[in-house]
Amino acid sequence: MSENEHHIVPLGLYALIGGLLLIMTGVTYGVSLIDLGPLNTIVALCIATFKATLVVLIFMHVKYTSEKLTKAVIISAIFFLGLLLTLSLADFGTRAWL
Amino acid sequence: MSDSHASAIATGAHAGTQDAAQRELRHHFVDMQQQSNTASLGMWLFLVTEVMFFGGMFCAYLIYRLAYFKDFAAASQSIDVRWGALNTAVLLVSSWTMAMAVRCAQLGKQKLLVIFLLFTMLFGATFLGVKAKEYYDKYEEHHIPGPNFNFDGKLLGHPEYVVNQRHAEMFFSIYFAMTGMHALHMIIGLGLMAYLIIASGMGKFDSTYYTPVENIGLYWHFVDVVWIYLFPLIYLISRTKG
Repeated sequence: MSENEHHIVPLGLYALIGGLLLIMTGVTYGVSLIDLGPLNTIVALCIATFKATLVVLIFMHVKYTSEKLTKAVIISAIFFLGLLLTLSLADFGTRAWL
Repeated sequence: MSDSHASAIATGAHAGTQDAAQRELRHHFVDMQQQSNTASLGMWLFLVTEVMFFGGMFCAYLIYRLAYFKDFAAASQSIDVRWGALNTAVLLVSSWTMAMAVRCAQLGKQKLLVIFLLFTMLFGATFLGVKAKEYYDKYEEHHIPGPNFNFDGKLLGHPEYVVNQRHAEMFFSIYFAMTGMHALHMIIGLGLMAYLIIASGMGKFDSTYYTPVENIGLYWHFVDVVWIYLFPLIYLISRTKG
């Protein structure tokens, strides 16, 4: 009677993900030193999203849970946050337009 | 698990497996799996409220960054990115040790569980120490919003640009609000770690029951994810022009 239907994440996978997270942090820092114009922010946020996804799926065991409700809750959180940011961006980002 | 029994506080009551075995199925659950899934779902729902909480602050940051981009860039460039990068690495390692702690609980490795929890707490404390150093730097440079605020940094690549003091102050207001709230969550996390270390030292968790370890782990990972987004947004605005 343990969580997540007895699934124990293999040691190697934890080590791999941990290493990957640290490498991507280095990449984020390195890319910030190269001038890509507006792409800098986009790349940095994409890498951040990739790292966050790894943490949520593997470290937080979401990949291994058969509990549908957990995934529904996470997706709805992302959706509503996205709604907040998108609509605010659409408003304030276009204030200069008349 | 004999070493945990040996080290358990002797009060005449049994620790470890007996506690876990006595954990009974509450009447409103179908089975133990559902009972523990429900606890995790509760933590996830709390984390959703935290997403909304931090999300609101990220939104405020986004709006002001759009409006005052140059001033925000200048302000961001005045923060030492090396401390931020170090802190990011420290938190990521602490997330790894936390995941390992949960794994040890699942495998019933009591001693290793305590060790990984201790390391998680150590890295969390390291993060806060570095943050304190950063805050002190801001204090010395007069970058703390208030009567003594004075920003004399320059915008990389645009030395002629005169930074608007109020706009730069807004960056630092948001900086202290967001990193301060994040640090508060770290402090709470350290308290939770202390509880876990004491409880696991007493042998309260094993492979049949480790719900608090799992769920406090979820909290810890979430605080890490918030920092994963905070780092590029606060520290890495337009660093290339120099």
